[in-house]
Amino acid sequence: MNSMRKAKKFFFFILTQGIILIFLLAHSLYQIHADQSWLEEKKRMVRDLELTDLCLFTEANYTRHLTQADRHTAFQNSPLALEHFPSGSILLPPEHLKK
Amino acid sequence: MEGWERQKNILDFSLSSLLRRKGKNLALVFVYTLLVFTLASVLFFTHAIKREASLILQDSPELIVQKSIAGRQEQIPLRYLEPIQKIRGVQSGRGRLWGYYYDPIIGANYTLMVPEKQTLESGKISIGQGISKTRLVFPGDTMEFRSHDGMLLQLQIQQVFPSESELIASDLILLAEDDFRRLFGGSREYATDLTLRVRNQRELPTIALKIAEMFPDTRIILREEILRTYESIFNWRGGMMVFILVGALLAFIIFAWDKASGLSLEERREIGILKAVGWETSDVLLLKFWEGTIISLSSFLMGIIWAYAHVFFTSAALLAPALKGWAVLYPEFKLTPFIDFSQVATLFFLTVVPYTVATIIPSWRAATIDPDSVMRT
Repeated sequence: MNSMRKAKKFFFFILTQGIILIFLLAHSLYQIHADQSWLEEKKRMVRDLELTDLCLFTEANYTRHLTQADRHTAFQNSPLALEHFPSGSILLPPEHLKK
Repeated sequence: MEGWERQKNILDFSLSSLLRRKGKNLALVFVYTLLVFTLASVLFFTHAIKREASLILQDSPELIVQKSIAGRQEQIPLRYLEPIQKIRGVQSGRGRLWGYYYDPIIGANYTLMVPEKQTLESGKISIGQGISKTRLVFPGDTMEFRSHDGMLLQLQIQQVFPSESELIASDLILLAEDDFRRLFGGSREYATDLTLRVRNQRELPTIALKIAEMFPDTRIILREEILRTYESIFNWRGGMMVFILVGALLAFIIFAWDKASGLSLEERREIGILKAVGWETSDVLLLKFWEGTIISLSSFLMGIIWAYAHVFFTSAALLAPALKGWAVLYPEFKLTPFIDFSQVATLFFLTVVPYTVATIIPSWRAATIDPDSVMRT
């Protein structure tokens, strides 16, 4: 009897995790739906203000506006060039500079 | 039904067997969960940010024309606009005014921009949430800027952008054209760059080519390139990302190798005894399969759950220090939980399946040896 309980406990444990995962999936779908109005608002801001970049790395000009960066900056001379700012170790050079 | 009972009995035995080496197996589950957690956090974060970028930057300018002198971007003469607008397919165009301002008080760079549609009175500004929080300034307060000629320019805050917009406007300051010119100087005949809207998307490359022929000193950035940049921004080949992935992968290989390279003496003896009391090779393999599944499935599920909570409930608090770098003004944004299920499935097949297989192979070798010789060793 005691050993039966262990298998049941394990199934219960996996089932609980499965339920949590389903809950998270539902949360993801709900949140995507709930964020729609804000996504639309952000899209509107991008359109009206003619923005080009995400405000992710504010360390340097070329990491702030990654798509507008020119070839003059350190790490963009080559993908392997040494970079001054920590962001450069995370980011890849912009697509149009890699051509 | 009988088969199911057999599975349950073997599962019971597996759990008891794992619990006999509780310390070792709990450590194993902890490391395994941590591994899945790290990988899943990176995957969830990068996918969500890429997806959000592709959605909100869809409406960024279709074509940007910058003037380039000696490899650096310079101000572009507004007279370039007239011939460009005459190119067939160009719907509209305007000179965009934007730039950076370094604030020595907090040591941060702001992005200053003159909006086209929003008409701000001279002397008024709208600022991003990041600036408001870092400088502790709110609507009605004034901010001082030192202009190009050393004069102090006082601008009153009219509006602070909502915190939901931090991902695009945390460091943004909108101001009137007059204030921009007073702050940075320069002629009214020039703009920072030109933005164009076109009628037909398919004509974009042709229009870009025509502009490049007309003005060889310009650099043209297409919206497609903007979107592609953000698509590849956290590419797996990118700097730290590759180290996280390689580190985690190596840890997993050591992990699986340790399992696959052989069983401990105690485990071999256990298999020997089981065979001596009448267990068949298939039973032993089933036992080991369940042992591998219990550890890998529990760790995988826990890792995924914690990773989701970490990225979407705590705004990737553990990844943030790496992303912040030296930034003074870092946006606090909550990502929309876009999940790529194929990534989760890949992670499952890269972690759970090899681990389970790695547990079975040495057990199969041990299970096929004579029980007597195993017990005597």
